[in-house]
Amino acid sequence: MAHAYTPGLRVTPGTALRRTRRLPMKGEVLVHDGDVVQRQQVVARTELPGNVRTMNVVNRLGISAEELPDFMLKNEGDPVHKGDAIAETRPLIKWFKTTVEAEIDGTAESISAVTGQVLLREPPLPVEVLAYVDGTVVEIIPDEGVVVETRGAFVQGIFGIGGEAYGPLHVISTGPGQDLTPEAIDEGCAGRIVVATGLVPHAAIDKARQVGAAGVIGAGIHDSDLRQLLGYDLGVAITGAEDIGLTVILTEGFGRIAMAGRTFDILRDCHEREASLSGATQIRAGVMRPEIIVPDPDGAAQTEATPAGHGEGMGEGDALRVIRAPYFGRIGKVGELIADLQQVESGAAVRVLEVEFEDGTRAVVPRANVELIEE
Amino acid sequence: MAKLDVVIATDCGSTTTKAILIERQGDVYRQTCRGEAPTTVEAPFEDVTRGVLNAIQEVEELSGRQILDGEDIITPADGNRGVDIYISTSSAGGGLQMMVAGVVGSMTGESAQRCALGAGAIVMDVLAANDGRLPHEKIERIRHLRPDMVLLSGGTDGGTISHVVELAEYVAAADPRPRFGTGFELPVIFAGNQDAKPEIERVLGQGMALHLTENIRPVLERENLGPARHVIHDLFLEHVMAQAPGYRDLMSWTSAPIMPTPAAVGQIMQTIARRQNINVLGVDIGGATTDVFSVFTAVGDDGVATEPVFNRTVSANLGMSYSISNVLAEATMANVVRWLPTQIDEADLRDRIKNKMIRPTTIPHMLEELQIEHGVAREALRLALVQHRELAVGLKGVQTERTLSDVFDQGASGDSLIDMMALDLLVGSGGVLSHAPSRSQTASMLVDSFQPEGVTQLAVDSIFMMPHLGVLASVDEKAATDVFERDCIVYLGTCVAPVGTGKTGETCMTYEFTIDGLEAAGRQTSLTFGEVQLLPLAEGEEGDLVLQPSRGWDVGAGAGQELRTRVRGGVVGLILDGRGRPIHLPDDDTERRECLSRWNQAVGLYSQDGEGGS
Repeated sequence: MAHAYTPGLRVTPGTALRRTRRLPMKGEVLVHDGDVVQRQQVVARTELPGNVRTMNVVNRLGISAEELPDFMLKNEGDPVHKGDAIAETRPLIKWFKTTVEAEIDGTAESISAVTGQVLLREPPLPVEVLAYVDGTVVEIIPDEGVVVETRGAFVQGIFGIGGEAYGPLHVISTGPGQDLTPEAIDEGCAGRIVVATGLVPHAAIDKARQVGAAGVIGAGIHDSDLRQLLGYDLGVAITGAEDIGLTVILTEGFGRIAMAGRTFDILRDCHEREASLSGATQIRAGVMRPEIIVPDPDGAAQTEATPAGHGEGMGEGDALRVIRAPYFGRIGKVGELIADLQQVESGAAVRVLEVEFEDGTRAVVPRANVELIEE
Repeated sequence: MAKLDVVIATDCGSTTTKAILIERQGDVYRQTCRGEAPTTVEAPFEDVTRGVLNAIQEVEELSGRQILDGEDIITPADGNRGVDIYISTSSAGGGLQMMVAGVVGSMTGESAQRCALGAGAIVMDVLAANDGRLPHEKIERIRHLRPDMVLLSGGTDGGTISHVVELAEYVAAADPRPRFGTGFELPVIFAGNQDAKPEIERVLGQGMALHLTENIRPVLERENLGPARHVIHDLFLEHVMAQAPGYRDLMSWTSAPIMPTPAAVGQIMQTIARRQNINVLGVDIGGATTDVFSVFTAVGDDGVATEPVFNRTVSANLGMSYSISNVLAEATMANVVRWLPTQIDEADLRDRIKNKMIRPTTIPHMLEELQIEHGVAREALRLALVQHRELAVGLKGVQTERTLSDVFDQGASGDSLIDMMALDLLVGSGGVLSHAPSRSQTASMLVDSFQPEGVTQLAVDSIFMMPHLGVLASVDEKAATDVFERDCIVYLGTCVAPVGTGKTGETCMTYEFTIDGLEAAGRQTSLTFGEVQLLPLAEGEEGDLVLQPSRGWDVGAGAGQELRTRVRGGVVGLILDGRGRPIHLPDDDTERRECLSRWNQAVGLYSQDGEGGS
């Protein structure tokens, strides 16, 4: 049977997954190899150097930069408290004395006789890394973090916004292709992750945010709604740090489009089960897609999920979705993998395949425009 | 010099490693074979040499030449075995990312930016004493960036010390972490006032890998970018590349230092411009970024030509896939839509562009989708040129003597060096240009976005071979230029565009066009305003043009002045562009679409009977 390689998003009811949890700089790892950890448990911690406040002391004292060390009351490395005098003039008449006070709590980091600046640094900022998923520590990265392994359902989305979130999945739709409406969201969604299988409009996401939902999972969104949600036009697909009050994950893309049946089945089977999700998306070298993980420690163990595109390739009969017009979003299976280049309507001669859609109709589309629905 | 008959060259890109084989055939060098394989810098392989070996193996299979002995490259070449040298470029892992700083943003700040860009870097931010940000904002910004290295400049020799030391203090206070390697020190290059060196060493000597070099702006009137660029290249190899998986091995294989890919492209552009004594403008439009390269010779007030000046800019978020949505945001919807010959719902267009962003490997299936991508490409190219013009300028802050005759000439120091009328060769590169279904589409995108003036040759890099040739040029210029001319570049033809404006239908130019002294039958002899004509002039052919612009119109010899010139043909032909400069599209939607259809038909844009794809 002919095969071809194509990217695909992973959608599976049961798999083994590993997630690396790493500090942004060296610090302390708080757990041990083999420890069972909870998703919101701190596994590593470090301290980022505090913010810096610059003070142009020479201007305030009316002296030259070279004279600064003679007027300082604090030395480099000394602790300072807000309001402490750090430098002052010593005039003959005390009444004319000028004093410069520390503007923050912290330490005097540097005193420059060249620029006349004094740098004060605030106390260090603690940074903590959570386990993210319920699972077991399988590797310690000394001074940096851990690798946590879990088992359970795993759904990769195509695009997300917002960071990591946690809560029970609350599946509202009863079948694929049902848009989310504000009316469907009530106080019972607080702390939960709302799941719908069609379009998620801004009004519905906003309602979810108002009632305190942890996240919204949908199939598609209009770009205009995304703009309204973010308050700006997203130019580059690097997300995860948005502060919009909840995490949003889309399984299919932009526009009105139905969630793939298999994705819906998995999410429906996880109704009211605790999930970890991450909206972080990065579509460049080192692709990162948003994800939904529903741990099930007692579930059937399978192998580690392979990243999209590293699978066995595409073969006849494989499930796929078309990801570009004119058949955008339609689900089908691989018919024939046509070997010769074919000219498509745009005039380009490209590699193509025949797709057999769910309604039995067939079409020839560029291979670059399909995505395997991998399990 | 040792014999050079066979060369294997690779370019390790973010996603693909491309290998080409170059062989001497008689007196000339030709590219004879190419292969490619996925780049293997990231998991699961994490060793760049795997991808290199795979790409070379493909070349071996296709060429029948044995190049590898296990994992060793066989040198020198002996018959059908081995190669004489192996060379490589790299942009894997996001290329070289730098932060630069200068005392005055428009003077040493700009010089530092030009220096880093010319060395092949992406400039993440330009810090300057007068950039309007408060000290803590600067420090915060430096902290959040994770550059591969920092270039600190500022002050002419003997000039300010305190301002440049102040910048150093901000860098020291921020203590930015390098992108790669948690335990290694961030390289900082100081290329500013030489009198400030002791203070800079005091401030930055601890905790950072400080390198001192010559001032990039020793006096206001002169830039000295070479020494700092060399230090950047050395540090790129020692620190950045050496941290990337597998690069230590790769560096030991190559016969010449590995170059950052854009630096190599700049090298071949400069080589071509120098050897042919022409002004060149090149563009490489990728998925995430668009690079513009230029080599221009300015003519001074005294009529004497200066040394050719090379400039490169990177428009970091203008691209055709990962950052396609940003093109729409920056160019505005109206500017993209103006290039579309069909009506399309705006909300639908926005969704389509976002879908391209999140699924960047898809390709247009429908003609309408192709037209949308080409419309976006025109705007990305246009904006990239705007950014390039802003940086490719004469030195600012230079005092010039002005005479009475200069009173009405408001040109100041800092004028753009990019003179489209003086441009000789415009080279396009990157997927949307190299792989357009027809070459006339490529030519049309280049002309619409860059709007060349007068007589300009158009070309496209067929398979993105310029990086390989750039590094080859550092070893053997002739070999590089031979391959550039014969195998790398596809000549599209020549564009003749009189500059001026008028009323639709008015004659803007008359012309005589002959090939080998024979007037081609049936060819029109006048070009009217708003009209585009395409005349056949095949690849390898040359023709003679006598251009007589109407009053107020200029084709390069001055307003209304006749120009006699010899033009080169190509796979598209000779394009006569009577749309004036800047190109103006009617405001009325129906008229605009009719106008576009007329232009598109004139050059056979979407008739699908073009010269064929890549």
